Amino acid sequence: MTSTADTLRIATRPHAGNATELIDGDVHNIVPDTQALFPYLSEHWREHITNTLFKGAPETSYPRWAPTTERPGSELPNWRPAGSDLSVIKRDVLDADGLSFAVLCCTYAIDSLHNPDAAVALARAVNDWQIAEWLDKDERLRATVVVPTQLPAEAAREIDRVGCHPGFVQVGLPVRSSVPYGSRLHAPLWEAISRNSLVGAIHFGGAPGTPPTPSGWPSYYLEEHVGMAQVFQTQVVSLVTEGVFDLHPDLRVVLLEAGVTWMGPFLWRFDKEWRNLRRLVPWVKRAPSAYVRDHIRLTIQPVDAPPSDVHLRQAIEQIGSDEMLVYASDYPHRHASEPSRVLSVVTESHAARIRSANARALWRLA
Amino acid sequence: MARHVVAQVGEIPPGGRKVVDLDGHSVGVFHVEGEYFALLNWCPHQGARLCEGRLWSGLEGDVPGDYRTRTDRTVIACMYHGWEFDLRTGRSVCEPERLRVRTYEVTVEPDHPSDQDGSTLGRLSRTNATAHTFPVTVEHGNIVVDLRRTPISATVLGTPGARSEGNIDITLIPVEGSIHSGGAI
Repeated sequence: MTSTADTLRIATRPHAGNATELIDGDVHNIVPDTQALFPYLSEHWREHITNTLFKGAPETSYPRWAPTTERPGSELPNWRPAGSDLSVIKRDVLDADGLSFAVLCCTYAIDSLHNPDAAVALARAVNDWQIAEWLDKDERLRATVVVPTQLPAEAAREIDRVGCHPGFVQVGLPVRSSVPYGSRLHAPLWEAISRNSLVGAIHFGGAPGTPPTPSGWPSYYLEEHVGMAQVFQTQVVSLVTEGVFDLHPDLRVVLLEAGVTWMGPFLWRFDKEWRNLRRLVPWVKRAPSAYVRDHIRLTIQPVDAPPSDVHLRQAIEQIGSDEMLVYASDYPHRHASEPSRVLSVVTESHAARIRSANARALWRLA
Repeated sequence: MARHVVAQVGEIPPGGRKVVDLDGHSVGVFHVEGEYFALLNWCPHQGARLCEGRLWSGLEGDVPGDYRTRTDRTVIACMYHGWEFDLRTGRSVCEPERLRVRTYEVTVEPDHPSDQDGSTLGRLSRTNATAHTFPVTVEHGNIVVDLRRTPISATVLGTPGARSEGNIDITLIPVEGSIHSGGAI
């Protein structure tokens, strides 16, 4: 292995984007109900779902009643979930924002299914549904491969099955996992992501069966929601420490809905502790912050922003790179912050990177 | 500054060390498999007594699970926070370009006391671009440290201009009048 020290892993293409182009890095396409997947399921699973109480994966990370789940105006008639209608997404996101690309992130909770055969069958169905009903219908769309992350070998098989489709640009990894993603248990997953030149998309939520906080089960959804930033930090520490980027020097990872302002201080701590403890992991040859800046990107919705623009600008500068942030609306989820606020406090050239150039480099959009 | 006799050869066993006070500066003299190294006893992190830290082999790896022991490289880990410094160069293992501890050239001169003027042997040429070093020579069974050349600055943090100042000689004098054969000494 050669040193990775002087190669920027996610090189921004010089021709990429322009000042006005906008790419949305996190738009949710929601499976409306299990029946929508029937055309993509085998006779066995159609009959099983029809005749039993099994109704597929629940949306545990985004409770329907929660005001964070559906923003005003995104609601659909007949209790269909927001984000499940392409025509509405076209009208309210793609066209309204004048997007050149939108990266869809389907968060169908395959990871909550304990029956491995059901998990595999439903993941395949969701991906075929995405190809037929989303990617084939609008060339501005890119999508996320949904995989059973709890079964890394099966996940790898599914990535190899559909990863070559030009519409898929990343693999969805719910940030809540039963074991951190850097663990060697997940080696087949990263090998498949790397083999297919896809992005590892670590996303808010997940239902692995383990508590959503490292200290056990909280009582309220608010606790889980706020605490998710800690879980993202756990995954970043794991990926760097357990050498995933040393094994896969070209690997790209994006954190979706992670928040961004924690990153700077987090890297200070990570670098500091690495100096103390690096003998445990000699393959971590550079400061963790260098790995993160080379390999990891973050979408800017939500942004946990201080009230002062000056402080927000400082928090963004503390991240230490203008190549790490990627614009996202997180449609149809609702946050009290607006991504436009980030764009308004950074320099014009940085804003242009956030709006499109960083996304083009991350997902190799062309 | 002056040359100092710090020990007699044989007094510091292989793997051993002796911390001495030289003109008010605490300096650790280490004996590693026939070579002598001298290091300022002051961690550039927070000023702890670096030379009381544990010695380790260099340790490298490329991928998870890869632990490559570099027996040709010795590092000292500060007892406070474990920061590692290369005994030979004084450079931080983690941030060699940014951080280093002052080291002193250690050579063994032939048993000619007249060779003590700082234009000494060996390791000076290896390290003078990276750290402050002291030649170490051995004279009449005594280990001699020569501080005559420049004053010591406590730490050097990314100031390339300071690299070549402050050479101090540590002279090791062989007990039997023989020259140690390890590396430059």
